[in-house]
Amino acid sequence: MAKECCAPGGNIMILACSGGSNVGQLSNQAAVELTQEGFGRMFCLAGIGGHLGGFVRSAKDVPAMVAIDGCEVGCAKAILEHAEIPTKNYLVLTDLGIEKNKDFNLKEEDIQKVKAAIKSVCE
Amino acid sequence: MDIKVLGPGCPKCKQTEKNVKDAVSETGVSATVEKVTDVMEIAGYGVFGTPSVVIDGEVKSVGKIPSKDEIKTWIEK
Repeated sequence: MAKECCAPGGNIMILACSGGSNVGQLSNQAAVELTQEGFGRMFCLAGIGGHLGGFVRSAKDVPAMVAIDGCEVGCAKAILEHAEIPTKNYLVLTDLGIEKNKDFNLKEEDIQKVKAAIKSVCE
Repeated sequence: MDIKVLGPGCPKCKQTEKNVKDAVSETGVSATVEKVTDVMEIAGYGVFGTPSVVIDGEVKSVGKIPSKDEIKTWIEK
């Protein structure tokens, strides 16, 4: 939650699958860095998955959102659908040509590619 | 009925609190209205932003000013 009341800007909700692969962690790292840069604010997808009221209501009420899945399994999208939350902007990282694997040594060029793609789908 | 308005304090939060109090007054519903300003307590509700309205533990709105009529639909059961 924002520390400042009604904080201006940065109100794009960023939901990353944060899964157990390179692309899952790329989604997480990109979400963290974009939050730090003020592009939006990462929010807790697990809270939505757990159907916790405040998290679900927040996702339903937010005017701008981007959901990021690492791969085509689409866990983030499935979580949103299960909670009956419209997916407003959506991105699958393997669609960017990044191969899914278990190498958690994330490449800086991939992080930058993902961040640029997230910004692009939010335009 | 227990109504909480979450928000550290800004014009939007104050307007939300006013709308809630007006809705309660106009409907005659028996309710307590509490303004929650503590950031950690607000964070405990898992809301993305403020102002937020919580009625009997259920988060009803987040990051916007609900209208008086909308609030009435929540409290008139």
